[in-house]
Amino acid sequence: MDFIVCDNLVKRYGKGPSAVHAINGISFSVQSGEFVAVMGESGSGKSTLLSVMGAMNSPSQGQYRVDDIDVYGLSSEQQADFRREYLGFVFQSFHLVPYLTVLENVMLPLTTVKKTKAEKRSMGMEALAWVGMAEKSARLPNEISGGEMERAAIARAIVNQPPILLADEPTGNLDSRNSRVVMDLMQRLNQSGVTVIMVTHSATCAQFAQRILNVQDGRLADGQVEHKQRVLAPQAA
Amino acid sequence: MTIREIALRNLMRRKAKAAFILAGLVIGVATVVAVIGFAETMAHDINTKLEKYGANILIVPRADNLTLSYGGMTLGGVSFDLQPIHEQDLPKIRTIKNAANIAAVGPIVLGAVKINAHPALLAGIDFESAHILKPWWRISGQQPADKELLVGAEAGRILGLSPGDIIKVDNFDLKVSGVLAPTGSQDDQLLFTPLKSAQEVLGRPGEISIVEVAALCHNCPVDAMVAQLSEKLPSAKVMAIQQVVKGRMETLAQFKKFSFGLSVVVVLVGGLVVLVTLMSSVKERTAEIGIFRAVGFRRSHVMRIIFIEAGVISLLAGFLGYLIGLGGIWSGLKLFGHGAVSALHIDPLLGAGAILMALMVGIAAGVYPAAIAARMDPNQALKTL
Repeated sequence: MDFIVCDNLVKRYGKGPSAVHAINGISFSVQSGEFVAVMGESGSGKSTLLSVMGAMNSPSQGQYRVDDIDVYGLSSEQQADFRREYLGFVFQSFHLVPYLTVLENVMLPLTTVKKTKAEKRSMGMEALAWVGMAEKSARLPNEISGGEMERAAIARAIVNQPPILLADEPTGNLDSRNSRVVMDLMQRLNQSGVTVIMVTHSATCAQFAQRILNVQDGRLADGQVEHKQRVLAPQAA
Repeated sequence: MTIREIALRNLMRRKAKAAFILAGLVIGVATVVAVIGFAETMAHDINTKLEKYGANILIVPRADNLTLSYGGMTLGGVSFDLQPIHEQDLPKIRTIKNAANIAAVGPIVLGAVKINAHPALLAGIDFESAHILKPWWRISGQQPADKELLVGAEAGRILGLSPGDIIKVDNFDLKVSGVLAPTGSQDDQLLFTPLKSAQEVLGRPGEISIVEVAALCHNCPVDAMVAQLSEKLPSAKVMAIQQVVKGRMETLAQFKKFSFGLSVVVVLVGGLVVLVTLMSSVKERTAEIGIFRAVGFRRSHVMRIIFIEAGVISLLAGFLGYLIGLGGIWSGLKLFGHGAVSALHIDPLLGAGAILMALMVGIAAGVYPAAIAARMDPNQALKTL
């Protein structure tokens, strides 16, 4: 059974003839453990698609199912629970809370989870260690580099061990060395069984994916690139 | 990390905004505490002073042609339709609804006697209640026991009496046990003896001429008590001697009403300051709220963060406002209280009320910003970064 199903998703802004279709009838499915890259030009609708898949942007039409759950059939509070349990987000601009330490930022998704402080701390440290940031746990976001911020953001995305990772241009603000580090982390995550959906401009980053979806004018372009065999060592991103 | 920690950390980070909200609420609470506390303290002070004035209700026999000169009673004339008060009527006084407000009951029997050919007025009183009813009395010598006399200052001078003298009144020998220091009242003219002795000497056993009642205390319903006493003692006339007090208390009551009105306005302004500042704070934190929502915070969690912030500041504002308000009362008393500073009345209820009020205003003012924060679309919120 397909793990993620997008069925004729439409996102329309405005009404009548002046309405803009950010995504316009996108349908595809993703298997559990798959690594999918979504590519397209600026304004093609790929980020809107990701926000819809992130249960943060209700589609105007169509259905979005994850693990057989009709995500937009859930109430607002249930959608919040869904995001916490199923999704991890990695954003281009890191989105770390500036007044919380790196560890506290990583522990954010655990705030509303019923676990002891020690358990949450241990999970946070484990996630930070996984991205190689354990020694920076007490720093504030403005005390670390951009690459480290992105790694901290990845740690936050995986701290509650979600089955899906949604990444929006995760290397967009990074140099090639840090991009490579981040992509390696994404690949390791995927190899550990996490389903990764990544929006990217970078063809090099997209090579890490098993499948590439091209979005043009809000629709999936013909000729999805299928990578039957994972590219294990692409050139620097 | 807990939601409470996030809220506290944000407060620490936005110190200026937190201080602004705090100042708005503190000014409101302090003003309310100061004006209400000032009025309360003044009322308390007046009541305390009035309690020291002694009796404020008089019970006298009901008679149309009775003329009075002591406490409104004159004993020169004889009233045939006078219905004296009897000692057995006294316990009824303590059975009225507001009996708890009665501080003392002082029965007095009055009668004219002759001492060394001089006419004098003998008053039989209850010396126990006299301590409350006549706190200004200063006795040189001893308080009289049975068949002993306490002589008023003027009476002692005219009659040439001093402690230790024994005088004959009708068939009774009465010993002067003490002399009253001048009081400037009619008491200076009288001879006092215990009630029983006076009734025996005057040949009026069980009879009472007048009853003094001390009932004025904080919030005593004196008018209601007069009505209750009249009902219990239908053959007596009950009078309240509190016109001046009443006038002043009414002025204070007006001031209190004005204070409450002013307080409502100040609290509303304080609430608006909190509302506007929290709104601006929520707007500033749009992206941050977006992150919270993206990582799985429910709307209720976001609201809780705002409410905790508002609650913490409000609690602090309530406490500080109360302390500053107390300072305001003290200053007000010093400036306008005519030396009533010593009467500064610290009411714990006012303190609890101030903190509760601050909390309610803070939380109420936080409802709209919290709702706005909770309703924020996480996708739109994240785009603000």
